[in-house]
Amino acid sequence: MSNEKIIEVLNQNFAAYIKNVEVNYGILTIVADASKNVDLIKFLVQEQELQFNFLTDLCGIHFPEQELQLGVIYHLHSFKHNKRIRIKFFLPYETPDIQTLTGLFESANWMERETFDFYGINFLGHPNLVRILNVDDMTVFPMRKQYPLEDPYRTDKKDDFFGR
Amino acid sequence: MELIKTKNQIPAHLLDEDSEINTINLGPTHPATHGIFQNILQLDGEKIISADQTIGYIHRAFEKLAEHRPFYQITPITDRLNYCSSPINNMGWHMTVEKLLGIQTPKRVDYMRVVIMELARIADHLICNSILGVDTGALTGFTYAFQEREKIYDIYEAVCGARLTTNIGRIGGMERDFTPQAISLIKDFLVTFPKFLKEFENLFNRNRIFMDRCIGVGPISAERALNYGFTGPNLRAAGVDYDVRIMEPYSSYQDFEFEIPIGQHGDTYDRYMVRNEEMWQSLKIIKQAIENLPEGSHFADAPAYYLPPKLEVYNNMEALIYHFKIIMGEIDAPKGEVYHAVEGGNGELGFYLVSDGGRQPYRLHFRRPCFIFYQAYPEMIQGSYLSDAILTMSSMNVIAGELDA
Repeated sequence: MSNEKIIEVLNQNFAAYIKNVEVNYGILTIVADASKNVDLIKFLVQEQELQFNFLTDLCGIHFPEQELQLGVIYHLHSFKHNKRIRIKFFLPYETPDIQTLTGLFESANWMERETFDFYGINFLGHPNLVRILNVDDMTVFPMRKQYPLEDPYRTDKKDDFFGR
Repeated sequence: MELIKTKNQIPAHLLDEDSEINTINLGPTHPATHGIFQNILQLDGEKIISADQTIGYIHRAFEKLAEHRPFYQITPITDRLNYCSSPINNMGWHMTVEKLLGIQTPKRVDYMRVVIMELARIADHLICNSILGVDTGALTGFTYAFQEREKIYDIYEAVCGARLTTNIGRIGGMERDFTPQAISLIKDFLVTFPKFLKEFENLFNRNRIFMDRCIGVGPISAERALNYGFTGPNLRAAGVDYDVRIMEPYSSYQDFEFEIPIGQHGDTYDRYMVRNEEMWQSLKIIKQAIENLPEGSHFADAPAYYLPPKLEVYNNMEALIYHFKIIMGEIDAPKGEVYHAVEGGNGELGFYLVSDGGRQPYRLHFRRPCFIFYQAYPEMIQGSYLSDAILTMSSMNVIAGELDA
C-alpha cells in the first residue's frame, strides 16, 4: 500500500483537519488537528483498506518556539500491509488537552500516563491519569525544555566543552 | 490508619458471600520478583482478585539525559535498558543513528552484528527460562544455564572488552574486527551450546512438575495481547507471528534462513517453549553468519562518526582532527526524525529520534517493550493463585531497567 493511497483515503474524510503531510525516512508523517485525534486514529484502525491495528508508540515532545508548543506523537503499525505511520498533534502550552486513546488500545494507558508525567499533557477521559515513573509529589513536568538536566546552581560541574 | 491502599474495584463475579479480602504488598524488593516491582494484591484466600502496580523505582531519566549528550555517548545509556541483552540495544541505537546520517554499513559489519545480537538473544532467553525454572523449584537448570551464559559473556569480552553493560560496536561499524580468539570462542560455543540446550530441554520440557506449574498459567489471547501492545516472544506465544527481523529486516537479516516459533495459548508454558525454540533458531543464524562472514572492512566510511584507527591518528592530520571532533562531540547531525525498531530480547525495541540539526538529539524516545506489556499483568493474573502470579511475571521477562528507563 503506497503513501499516496493512504493520503487519498484520509483526505476523503479528514481533509479539513490535516495540516501537513510529509515522508520522513520512510515513514509517512501526518500533522493533524488535535480535536480529531481519536476520530482520525479510529478511522486508521477500522478502515478496511488501512488496518493500522497496532499502537507501536506514543510519546510527547516540546517545541518552545512554536505557537502550539506541546506535541503528542503516535506511531501506528499495520501488520496486514506491514506499514508504519506517524501522526502528530500539537497543543497549546496553557491548555494541553487531548482525548485519550485508552478506549481503542489498552496499551495507550501507561504510555499516556508517561506522556502526562513528563510533558503534562492532559489526556481527557483517561481512567487513571497520575504520574507513573516520577515521584508522586513532583510539581513540574521535567521533559519540558525549560527544565535543565542538572541543578543550575551547581558550579562545580560547569564545563562548556561538554554542553553543561 | 490504612497503610496499604489500592484503588482497584473488585469485580463482583470473583467474590462470593463468605469471601474475606486480604490486601498484601508484593514487592518492591521481593526475592521472587526479579527486580523492583511493587504489586498491591487483593487476595481471597490464595486467589488474586486484583493487582495494583507501581513502577518507576529505578527511573534514571534516560530520555532527558540523552537530550544533552552527543550520539556516541548515548550508547552506554542504552546498555542499561534491557541489561540482559545490552548488545541488542547498542546495535539498535547505532542503526538508528546510521539511518539518520545515511551511513551504509558493509556486509561484514551487518554479519558481525547479527552474530553478537543473536548471542545476546540467547543469553536473554536463557536467563528468562532458567529463572522460570527456579520459580517452579528447579534450581539445577539455573546453575548450569549460568555456566553457558558465562561463555557468551566471554565472547563479548573477546569482542569488546566488557561483559554486562557492553557498549559494543560504534556508529558506522564495530570497534574492532573479530579476533581469531573471538572466532574460535564463537565456534566452540556453537558446538557446546546445542548439547547443553538439549540437556536443559530434557530437564524441563516434559517435566511433570514443571508442566503442571506452567500450563494454563497466566494466559492471554492473541487479540488482547495485540491490544495491550505485546511484541516479541510474549506475543508470539499468543499465536501472532510478528517479528521485526522478518517484517522489516535490518542488518541483513534477510540473508539468513530461520523460522519464527509461535505458541497457541499465550500461557507460561508457551512463552517458555517459544523462547527455547528461538534459542535454536538463533544458533542457526549464528552458524550461517559465521560460515558466510564476508571479507571486507569492519566499519563504514563515516569519518565524522567512526573513530579513526590509532595509527592514523598519530600520523595523519585529518584523522587527528576527526578524532578530536568526535570525542568532543562537535559534529552536527542533519535535521530529521527517525524511527528504527529492532527485535530486542523481549520485543520490539524502538528508537524514535528527533534531530534539530544539533549535535545531540532534540528528542529521543525509547519504545521499551517491557513498559508496554507489563500493564497487562493484572489482567493475566486475575483469578489465579499467588504462586502462579510469580511464574507469570518471570515468564514475561519483565526487566526493571527497561521498564523504568
